[in-house]
Amino acid sequence: MDMIFNIKGNVLIAELFGELDHHAAGQVRTDIDQAMEAYGTANLVFDFSKITFMDSSGIGVILGRYRKLEPEGGKVAIASCSLTVRNILNMAGIFSIIDYFDTAEEAIAYLTGKEE
Amino acid sequence: MIMEKILKIQMDAVLENQGLARALAAAYVSEMDPTVDELTEIKTAVSEAFSNAVIHGYPGDMQGSVYMEFAVVSPANVMIKITDHGVGIEDIAKAMEPLFTTDTGDERSGMGFTVMESFTDRIKVDSRPGEGTTVTMIKKLDTYYDF
Repeated sequence: MDMIFNIKGNVLIAELFGELDHHAAGQVRTDIDQAMEAYGTANLVFDFSKITFMDSSGIGVILGRYRKLEPEGGKVAIASCSLTVRNILNMAGIFSIIDYFDTAEEAIAYLTGKEE
Repeated sequence: MIMEKILKIQMDAVLENQGLARALAAAYVSEMDPTVDELTEIKTAVSEAFSNAVIHGYPGDMQGSVYMEFAVVSPANVMIKITDHGVGIEDIAKAMEPLFTTDTGDERSGMGFTVMESFTDRIKVDSRPGEGTTVTMIKKLDTYYDF
């Protein structure tokens, strides 16, 4: 699947396109981890606005990044999910540990604000 | 239970086919005029069942097929059966627990069965170690109106 990375300050924004399933998840994990390392960003925003399908593989991708960043004080935020995607993430209790925002801009503002 | 319009498909058990499995489910169910939400839920449940069959049914280098069977159960239910002839499940109840995973570092969430249960109306899992697993799901569609 395609991804576009943007950087705002200390935040990497991963904009995902298309269908996120178990087949795609491996590549998504690798690409995000490499981008985090290459750009040295501490925080991560998942922008799901262009995701047309996601199954439970997305839970693993998000939790995996959270577990990597959290011990070093990094934050993860999720932005702009469809109702079905939000339902799936809710089943795993993701939103009790990771903040959700309606837009990527709000998520970025929240994370960049946290650094100050 | 009277089943109509039966469709049977055999696919190679590889994750590359996961998208195709979803698309086939969507094409079949589209004939029944589902809502967008119903269609998404069915695609998601099929995606979970298919990836379970590939990843857990045929672990490691094991090769095999995944069999999908679709049927309309009168008047407005769709039955989807996904079968593998792989290693089977030792403890079905444990496998279906939320967050249970045999994951050894691949970041799997253990939520596959929970998603299938949430997005369909009935789910039944039949499995025998060494023989394989069949997941049968029934989804009721709200789209058949009596005028």
